Amino acid sequence: MEKNIEAVLNKYPEGSVDNLIPILQDIQEVDGFLSEESVVKVGEYLNMPASKIYGVATFYNQFRFTPLGKYHIQVCCGTACHVLGSATVLEEIEKNLGVKSGQTAKDGIFSLEVVACIGACGLAPVISINGNFHAKVTSESIKEILDNYRNKE
Amino acid sequence: MSFLIKVNNKEIEARNGETILDAMERQGIQVPTLCHLKDMLPSGSCRMCVVENAKNNRLVTACSTPVEEGMEIQTHSSGVIESRKTIVELLLSNHPDDCLYCVRNKNCELQDLSEELQIRERRIKGVKNNIHLDRSGTSLVRDPDKCILCGRCVRVCEEVMGVACIDFINRGSQSIIGPPFDRTLNTSSCVNCGQCIMVCPTGALSEKSHFPELISMLNNPEKTVVVQYAPSISVSLAEEFNMPAGGDISSIMNAALRKIGFQYVFDTSFGADLTIMEEAAELVNRIENGDTLPMITSCCPGWVKFAEQFYPDMLPNLSSCKSPQQMMGAVIKSYWAEQLNKNPEDIYSVAIMPCTAKKFEAQREEMTSRGITDVDAVLTTRELGQLIRMYGIDINNISPEATDSPLGFRSSAGKIFGASGGVMEAAIRTAYNMITGEELLKFKVEELRGLDGCKEAQLKVDDLTINVAVVNGLANARKLLDKVNNGEKEYHFIEVMACPGGCINGGGQHIGAAEGAVEARMKALYDIDDKETVKTSHKNPEVIKLYKGFLGKPLEHTSHELLHTHYYKRDVIL
Ligand code: SF4
Ligand code: SF4
Ligand code: FES
Repeated sequence: MEKNIEAVLNKYPEGSVDNLIPILQDIQEVDGFLSEESVVKVGEYLNMPASKIYGVATFYNQFRFTPLGKYHIQVCCGTACHVLGSATVLEEIEKNLGVKSGQTAKDGIFSLEVVACIGACGLAPVISINGNFHAKVTSESIKEILDNYRNKE
Repeated sequence: MSFLIKVNNKEIEARNGETILDAMERQGIQVPTLCHLKDMLPSGSCRMCVVENAKNNRLVTACSTPVEEGMEIQTHSSGVIESRKTIVELLLSNHPDDCLYCVRNKNCELQDLSEELQIRERRIKGVKNNIHLDRSGTSLVRDPDKCILCGRCVRVCEEVMGVACIDFINRGSQSIIGPPFDRTLNTSSCVNCGQCIMVCPTGALSEKSHFPELISMLNNPEKTVVVQYAPSISVSLAEEFNMPAGGDISSIMNAALRKIGFQYVFDTSFGADLTIMEEAAELVNRIENGDTLPMITSCCPGWVKFAEQFYPDMLPNLSSCKSPQQMMGAVIKSYWAEQLNKNPEDIYSVAIMPCTAKKFEAQREEMTSRGITDVDAVLTTRELGQLIRMYGIDINNISPEATDSPLGFRSSAGKIFGASGGVMEAAIRTAYNMITGEELLKFKVEELRGLDGCKEAQLKVDDLTINVAVVNGLANARKLLDKVNNGEKEYHFIEVMACPGGCINGGGQHIGAAEGAVEARMKALYDIDDKETVKTSHKNPEVIKLYKGFLGKPLEHTSHELLHTHYYKRDVIL
């Protein structure tokens, strides 16, 4: 992981605070999340306290602070999905997994994220698990879908 | 350049570049503020200070809007009042509203604002905050439920203290303040200075209290409960009782402490005299032996933790001396206990400090030897005020009393420890004597006094020129140390106090001090120094006696064991 961070930082030789967001994005791209270690490293590099970086990073929805699960669930909360009940879907998943959006379940199998429109409005409400879309999900179908993935383990 | 603006239909002078608030303050025109901090750049985030510009009927924030020619400001138009009221109502909508149980009951800006704006009903109902209480630290308690997100703590921690251990996390209704990765304070870079408590308008930040244990000890017949108080307490306690700043009430305090039930009362300034004996000897030693310089003071526990986190390479520069509180504590449980034939285990030793970091210091592992802690509990100035009120003591009606001896006499050099520059001045007086065998002709070092964040002086001692610096406010320490590290500055000796102005403005002092209070406290200390005759630690007869009969010489075996310590690099998130 340390190597990954070094490699990212090397892309920003000027070490300017203006690069903070792109640096964090790049790290998340490689590691899947922002670890304490990486935030501290970025802080040292940009001469910025970890509290500031964490403050900035938590301001944006795009950053996560726990590693992704084996199956990463994205719940679309775009307008179409919202209108057709994505909030209930999200609630159901949160209950089922015992985690909130942005978190990873303790067993490491699932992680959860809320995303804006993923461009599949015709399938609303839609969720994507590791890139596979599941269309017109309902509170009932969620359990089945999740169990299917669980059974693969 | 100045011009006229109208405020509430009256013309007042406004200066180019200043804010509406600045111009109004000069004229004594008040508007409420919340996120605003004096002498800092405005953040303009809370909108509490809105005023109306009648020229364009717009509401603007007085704290962050520059004056413009022709402005016609209304500070209390109905629109303005309505807007302020809504802001407070919104702040109250998710607030716990448990004033009766709050440390800041009767000293809370949120209470004041809702009173001032006559808020009499809950118009906006929100979900009550329910965020974990952080009691993990040794010195501070954070109760984010009561936080109104004014950001004052964040700014002080970063801009004044140079620590930046807390910041805004998340956004919108999810916003909270806290250390990174939602850590608790004990594993953060917090140095326990308490300056954030001093600026918090609500009860979201407070010191960790030890009242229950203290009160049970006071009632335990098997314990001898002793107390010491720091040099600055006697010149700041009065404000806790609505008396003007800067009155020295040490003898009244002695009497009050005995009434509460403390059996023996000591002045930490005696410990400060000991610190000077040891520290001056250490300085002379380092200079003569060519050891690590600059030597840096170590009596401020906020600074010590700061150094352990941010400047671990400079730990050899820190004096190995314990602080006056810890020296006093160590001597009470050894020499004094022996003199009075008491078992150190049966002594409960309390310290009253202007400081929250002293609570942290007292529980450092290095401050316990053979299972005996130097100091058992630390109370802030504020907590002493609470204790006096709790015991129903009328400090306006009480006969003065003296401290207990032995360990009861202090020099005025020990007393000025309470002000930034005081430790340095006291050390110079004794170091001069140690090097030359003579006394200084003039004790006062003018350049080292006052509230400037960074002060310097050059002193001639025989044919030696000694360069010294004094910094207060850890952000200033950071600047100076970086200059020392890159070779821009060279000193023999540096005094660092974490809090701006030193202990007289510590994080345990009275909250809501009047304008000029810190100056008044400082003046009170130097007045004592002017007035008294024993102005040097090495001339303190009880100090001399203690060395003769018990400690031996400074830095020798017994002193070394009891009065010195060490530091280590800390693993916290920076
Ligand atoms: S006590 Fe000092 S270091 Fe700790 S959070 Fe408050 S201001 Fe920052
Ligand atoms: S903790 Fe206090 S000072 Fe800090 S943001 Fe909250 S209310 Fe303001
Ligand atoms: S005090 Fe002016 S915006 Fe907060």
